Amino acid sequence: MKISVVITLKKDVLDPQGKVIHQTLDGMGFNDVNEVRQGKYFEIDTKEDDPKKAKDKVEEMCKQLLANLVIENYKIIDLK
Amino acid sequence: MKSSVITFPGSNCDRDMDVALKKFGFKNKMVWHNDAELPKSDLIVLPGGFSYGDYLRCGSMASKSKIMKSVINFANSGGMVMGICNGFQILVETGLVPGVLLRNKYLEFICKNVFVKINNKTNRYFNNIKNNVLEFHIAHNEGNYFCTQDQLKEIEDNDQVAINYCDENGKVEEHYNPNGSIKNIAGIFNKEKNVLGMMPHPERMIDNCLSGEDGSIFFNNLINNLK
Repeated sequence: MKISVVITLKKDVLDPQGKVIHQTLDGMGFNDVNEVRQGKYFEIDTKEDDPKKAKDKVEEMCKQLLANLVIENYKIIDLK
Repeated sequence: MKSSVITFPGSNCDRDMDVALKKFGFKNKMVWHNDAELPKSDLIVLPGGFSYGDYLRCGSMASKSKIMKSVINFANSGGMVMGICNGFQILVETGLVPGVLLRNKYLEFICKNVFVKINNKTNRYFNNIKNNVLEFHIAHNEGNYFCTQDQLKEIEDNDQVAINYCDENGKVEEHYNPNGSIKNIAGIFNKEKNVLGMMPHPERMIDNCLSGEDGSIFFNNLINNLK
């Protein structure tokens, strides 16, 4: 089973890289951008075939390693 | 006094720390991250560097390595654990000290001498130290200390801030904040003050030919406090 996870910075956490990307886009002529926030994307291929169990396991992975919950949120965006 | 320095794949200040600890009288042992057991120690040091190439988040992989289970147990039973730079990043990832270290505010790797004000001397790291301000060296890309407002309140209520970036007279102002850290925080304790994480490198200031000797003051004081 393949699971996709997106990790994003929480709203009140400063994202200087996102800001620089925003400024660069602006300089390139993409002037209608309000904000850019940079995140991380993971594809996890697991032996677990049961969707519920796989989702639970990936959530544990997020909590224990993939995300730091002080500054980041995680979201499972795809299971197949 | 016995100390142990943990070497992770990618640590690069481990040998500097070994030299510094030995210079001030510690009997130091180097411990590999994949070992399970710690030698008998009065002080454990997590050194600076780029453990696991800073993959995922700085310190996140190292915080899950085999030896860290023993380090966490040692810290939880009151043992002295000090994390410098990447070692501090590892400590926050274990949860032994609160908060996280974000990318520096201006996205630059900073390598320079800074002054830090000692905020709390009622602990075995800074007890009896005469100076209020020390000159240390920093070299990091992710030293921007961040925590939630609730955590900050708890940290301040428990007097857990160890050192703040300041000027040579001890004035703590935003102007002297190199990396955007909340409240100029350069180092922090756990609640019990036996665990210290800090971005500056005292081991780089132990000889005049290394641009200063304030690290000598720190290590001399530390070993005397542990005796």
